[in-house]
Amino acid sequence: MALMRLSSPHAHGPASTQRVMLKVLVATVPGILILTWFFGYGTLVNILFGSVIALAFEALALKLRGRPIGFYLSDLSALVTAFLLCIALPPYSPWWLIATGMASAILLAKHFYGGLGYNPFNPAMVGYVILLISFPVQMTSWAAPRGLAATPGFLESVQACFLPATFDGITMATPLDVLKQNSSLLIEDLWSQNPLFGRWGGLGWEWVNIAFLAGGLWLIQQRVFTWHAPIAMLATLTLLSALFYDGGSSASGGSPLFHLLSGATMFGAFFIITDPVSSAVSLRGRLIYGALIGALIYIIRVRGNYPDAVAFAVLIMNFAAPFIDYYTQPRTYGHSKRGEQ
Amino acid sequence: MRKVFDFHGGVHPLENKHQSVRTAIADAGIPPELVIPLSQHIGAPSNPVVGVGDHVRKGQVIAEALGFVSVPKHAPSSGTILAIEERLIAHPSGHSAPCIVIATDGKDEWAPLPDTRPYESLDKAELLELIRHAGIAGMGGAGFPSAVKLSVKAGITIDTLIINGTECEPYITADDMLMRERSDRIIEGAKILHHLIAPGETVIGVEDNKPEGIAALRKAAEGSGIEIASFPTKYPSGGEKQLIEILTGKQVPSGGLPSDVGVVCQNLGSAVAIYEAVVEGKPLISRITTVTGEAVNEPQNFEVLIGTPVSYLLQKAGYEPSKNDRLIMGGPMMGVTVRDPSVPVVKTTNCLLAPTPQELPVPPPAQACIRCGMCAEACPASLLPQQLFWFAQGKEFEKLEHHNLFDCIECGACSYACPSSIPLVQYYRASKADILHQRKEQEKAEHARLRFETRQQRLEQAEADKEAKRAARKKAAEARAKSAVDDGNGEDPIQAAIARAQAKKAAQQGGGNESEQEKLEKTVVAARKRLDTASKKLEEAKVDGSDLVDALQSGVDKTRAKLDAAEKALAALGEAHAAVAPESEPTDAAQAAIQRAMAAREAEAALSPAEEAKADLEKLEQRLEKTRSKLAQSQASAGEEKVIEALTSTVQRLEQKVEAAQQALSETS
Ligand code: SF4
Ligand code: SF4
Repeated sequence: MALMRLSSPHAHGPASTQRVMLKVLVATVPGILILTWFFGYGTLVNILFGSVIALAFEALALKLRGRPIGFYLSDLSALVTAFLLCIALPPYSPWWLIATGMASAILLAKHFYGGLGYNPFNPAMVGYVILLISFPVQMTSWAAPRGLAATPGFLESVQACFLPATFDGITMATPLDVLKQNSSLLIEDLWSQNPLFGRWGGLGWEWVNIAFLAGGLWLIQQRVFTWHAPIAMLATLTLLSALFYDGGSSASGGSPLFHLLSGATMFGAFFIITDPVSSAVSLRGRLIYGALIGALIYIIRVRGNYPDAVAFAVLIMNFAAPFIDYYTQPRTYGHSKRGEQ
Repeated sequence: MRKVFDFHGGVHPLENKHQSVRTAIADAGIPPELVIPLSQHIGAPSNPVVGVGDHVRKGQVIAEALGFVSVPKHAPSSGTILAIEERLIAHPSGHSAPCIVIATDGKDEWAPLPDTRPYESLDKAELLELIRHAGIAGMGGAGFPSAVKLSVKAGITIDTLIINGTECEPYITADDMLMRERSDRIIEGAKILHHLIAPGETVIGVEDNKPEGIAALRKAAEGSGIEIASFPTKYPSGGEKQLIEILTGKQVPSGGLPSDVGVVCQNLGSAVAIYEAVVEGKPLISRITTVTGEAVNEPQNFEVLIGTPVSYLLQKAGYEPSKNDRLIMGGPMMGVTVRDPSVPVVKTTNCLLAPTPQELPVPPPAQACIRCGMCAEACPASLLPQQLFWFAQGKEFEKLEHHNLFDCIECGACSYACPSSIPLVQYYRASKADILHQRKEQEKAEHARLRFETRQQRLEQAEADKEAKRAARKKAAEARAKSAVDDGNGEDPIQAAIARAQAKKAAQQGGGNESEQEKLEKTVVAARKRLDTASKKLEEAKVDGSDLVDALQSGVDKTRAKLDAAEKALAALGEAHAAVAPESEPTDAAQAAIQRAMAAREAEAALSPAEEAKADLEKLEQRLEKTRSKLAQSQASAGEEKVIEALTSTVQRLEQKVEAAQQALSETS
């Protein structure tokens, strides 16, 4: 064989972008299963339809930009965006909501900025926030959990997606909403009187969070990302909620455990803020990035107008990521101070 | 047990070392042709001292060191010098270099070996000279001359002497086999080094994936006081900076030397070579090279003569070219691909790796950087490879330097770890080359600017000198004319003209000589000064074993040559001057002219304004008269039209001037 010239290194590690993305997809499975168990097939249908749409948009964008479609589709990043956005959407979302969200995420947030790696904002969260602002009603009506209402079957769920007018699902406020609106009951009473609350967090939500936590821990063990950002975020959230628990009074912001196991906490901590492209890169930077997101989530949850806050907190910190990176450059070998000789 | 430290980053590539340690080190034998590149190391190439057709014996010097950072070359076996010419060598850019080619005679006849003395009785300088003379250069990595690395600056205490037996690159087992088979020599070499450096401690560092080697070393080291330290296997723990951190917890300052933190490092192979040079008097003419990869049937280690063609060695290991598409000299992480197997094995060739395409597949096309940070996690220099990559793409050189691109050791850990298989190191190499090129250009521009400025200054000065001289001459002439008029009789005009011409010539000559002489003197002084500083620097550099030694040496040589030339020129000029001096007429004439001028000036100063005006008038009238007569003459002789025209206009001008002078006179009187 003719000998070729190549520059070192000649060996390459086992990591590949596809594999990283695939692991993220796999890690969402427990969470999706639990969501489906408690809230029905809504999320699953979201994901199925959303994935198709996302791949279509991705292919379209690549074609318009004159890139090899197969090569870039195979990095699976569009699928990851589709999964993450569809998990965040309320189950039984109508097709147009999903499509609008995907267009915002894939076309606007990703390809307008130059495609994978160049997007300063988390595409899934851009899609989510655009929908939340444009269609607040659809975006804030979450299905009632199993045990409080019957969950629709699969066909019904498909119907909900494509013929939304004919679907009449039962929706309820989420536990986070209820807690925010509460001004009269002690936490203890709220828990015992409102069936929406489970053992630690919201009914069903606690298990959803635990499932995403498990998936996230597996990803850390697989070295898909480091523990720094998620742990910093969860620690900050715990600290702030403990600080303002206020002994469980009616003005309480909710217990640490409630915050950890409600809404999108774990999903956000392990699947959203760990998006490498839009987050801080250095390890110290990730600690700061995660901690600030944790703080923002708490503030927005307790003081803001939107019940859950992960999307806003993440987008705000996406802005800050480059600055955090700039100020947290690691100390290079043989240099006495960071960034200096 | 020694406390070992961890270093940031690192990766764990498949080790693939077991394939080549199954058999003992084999002798590769004598190839029909040996090709010895004159430069196998950092520093100046060496200078051939043999000619084509000469018979050489094994161990005989065939090229001598040029400058301090250079080592001599020895004939690896006996034979005849076939050629001294450009041959292809293993180099990233695949270029050729001057080599000495020996046709071996198979007799392997040794040249007489020098007498040796026990190393304990040798002082530092003698030992260094022995090491240098044996042609020993670092046998892993860049191949820095060992003697230079071992020349520690006076006044620096070395706490730790480290012998690097890490061999962290996958596939390579040359040092491992040395440890297993020749641990005594390693320890003896380490003892010699210990004697030479006199450090607080001497440690041999080995990765823990070589238990047999470690055991053999420990056994050989018993009672010697030399410590064998093992530490977890992680690439690139064998990088000098990383190893120093592992064993001492200290980091070599950026741009500094290991001795800045009290450490001197030597390669394990070099320790053995030093032992052989000092104890047996043998120069470095062979080394252990691992030949491995799935495209060779018998992966193993060979003792190879330096200069052996790679193809010869491969064939000894049962190479199957049809299975191999990439031949690597060195390991899979930092090795260089070789496209033509005729290139020779050199002192730094620790491995020939002939993998199959399945074994080391060509990396897939690079995908987008997803900023995952795996590269930063892997980087032993704690850089941010993804940022460097970003800046390298944009050719943002300033940012690259700010992000410490030059602290990158090109270990390849980042590229290895990158899930998007971006050839990061390739970008860094290119950027480094670009930046160095830019710096050089800048320096050149700066140089040119300085040169231009001094030239400009010199020209201006010369212009000013000329102007001054002209003014002086003019004045003198005027004064002379005046004095002639004043004296009434004056000198014979012809005589005067001759004298003037002579004076002028003398002035020019003298002046010219003088300025040239001055220039030369200045050059000599400046060159001397430069030589002084350069020599001083060179001494310092030699003492610290800096890599600048070479450049400095050549600078000193050049300056010295310049100085000599200038001195010679100066001497020659002095002689010429002396030769001219005896026939001092012109000088005398000049002297007279000056005196006359001075006298005239004095006379002039003595005149009253009226008298002055009168003198002026007279002078002008005289000139007018003269010109008129000339004009008449040329008109009469039907001279050239142009001349007549010029004379006419001069007459007119003079008439005007006479008028003005008359007026002035009437005003003053
Ligand atoms: S490892 Fe590769 S993809 Fe990841 S940040 Fe570094 S350069 Fe980018
Ligand atoms: S090649 Fe340079 S940037 Fe990459 S890991 Fe090694 S030292 Fe770091």
